[in-house]
Amino acid sequence: MYTQALDTHGQEPAPAARDLSAQEQRFQARVDAEEKIEPKDWMPDAYRQTLIRQISQHAHSEIVGMLPEGNWITRAPSLRRKAVLMAKVQDEGGHGMYLYSAAETLGVSRAQMMQQLLSGAAKYSSIFNYPTLTWADIGAIGWLVDGAAIMNQIPICRCSYGPYARAMVRICKEESFHQRQGFEIMLTLAHGSADQHTMAQDALNRWWWPSIMMFGPSDADSKHSAQSMRWKIKRFSNDELRQKFIDVTVPQAQYLRLTIPDPRLRWNEATQHYDIGPIDWEEFANVLRGNGPCNRERLAARRAADEAGAWVREAAAAHAARQIGRSPHMAVNPQARFA
Amino acid sequence: MSGKETQDKTGVAADWPLFEVFIRSRAGLEHKHVGSLHAADAAMAIEHARDVYTRRQEGVSIWAVPSASIVASDPQEADALFEPARDKVYRHPTFYAIPDEVKNL
Repeated sequence: MYTQALDTHGQEPAPAARDLSAQEQRFQARVDAEEKIEPKDWMPDAYRQTLIRQISQHAHSEIVGMLPEGNWITRAPSLRRKAVLMAKVQDEGGHGMYLYSAAETLGVSRAQMMQQLLSGAAKYSSIFNYPTLTWADIGAIGWLVDGAAIMNQIPICRCSYGPYARAMVRICKEESFHQRQGFEIMLTLAHGSADQHTMAQDALNRWWWPSIMMFGPSDADSKHSAQSMRWKIKRFSNDELRQKFIDVTVPQAQYLRLTIPDPRLRWNEATQHYDIGPIDWEEFANVLRGNGPCNRERLAARRAADEAGAWVREAAAAHAARQIGRSPHMAVNPQARFA
Repeated sequence: MSGKETQDKTGVAADWPLFEVFIRSRAGLEHKHVGSLHAADAAMAIEHARDVYTRRQEGVSIWAVPSASIVASDPQEADALFEPARDKVYRHPTFYAIPDEVKNL
């Protein structure tokens, strides 16, 4: 999990309008030649800022994404499901760690990013501001939300920025199990009792449109996509990825004997794609603005965890300081920054 | 954030030191860089590396190295640094033309 094209709302000017400096031209030539950019290489400031914003938003999404699923760990219906869900939530935490590390190579500190998340200044994927009301929601999240995330993330494995691309390779390897365990939950419920089938359908009804919105604004409204494409941070447009997701997911829903909550959904023989009804972008904008069903609850949970963990961090730091006193060769520079 | 934590000049609590993590995937192979993490001390660095980088049996051995201890070459000087090897193709066996009838060479 879980990137989203949030960065398309960024503020940087589109450099296409002005002439590139010689240094920028050399940089663009390297990117065009599919060379990877590494932390100590020269890069345009707007490239650096775009990546910091995108990677940190992606990391925050992983961390906040632990909350809706963590909600069901104590109530998973069997020990097997509980072990699987714990492993998945641990993975999301791990994915956040890989991504924070990748963002740090661009010169932002972990503490700064944490502060931006806790203060509410940073964005994270809108999907996690929806509640997980029943066990079927855990199935729907794995199947749809992780499915959408995989669609979004696989192209980022070829991102021009080396550390981000490497983190994404690791994440994508781990992500496949997330989607399959979710589909398995849906399969069990959808082919179970009538009540279970109803529960699965209800989860699909609530998660379908938010999952479709995960791909970000439509291309017509995504004004910075072109620059991200030139920099090879982004490889496909929001609408291309969204269409790809819909095309693979509709047959899966049919196999589950569940109905996609879109009366206008139909196969288009001419385009060889599914057509869908209109997306409620007002809802998307509203959730991004902080007015989704769970925005406040999610931030409150992160802040409570940060405060409750403060004494542990202090104790660990005090212990480390005492160890240094006893054996000075153990000392490490707290300002350390690689690359 | 608690007031007891060390803070930097912007008032943000200072991060724990950064470590680079190297994993040996199985005996007989070299340790390979996999990423980095923050830890208060060396023991915590190993435990965090276990949790962050080996959840699927990716390793049998971990090295955690304080990032500040790594000396890195400068990409700006890459040309000067690596140029001397560029015109020494005679260091490769394929540089030498040997007749086909000569075997075991």
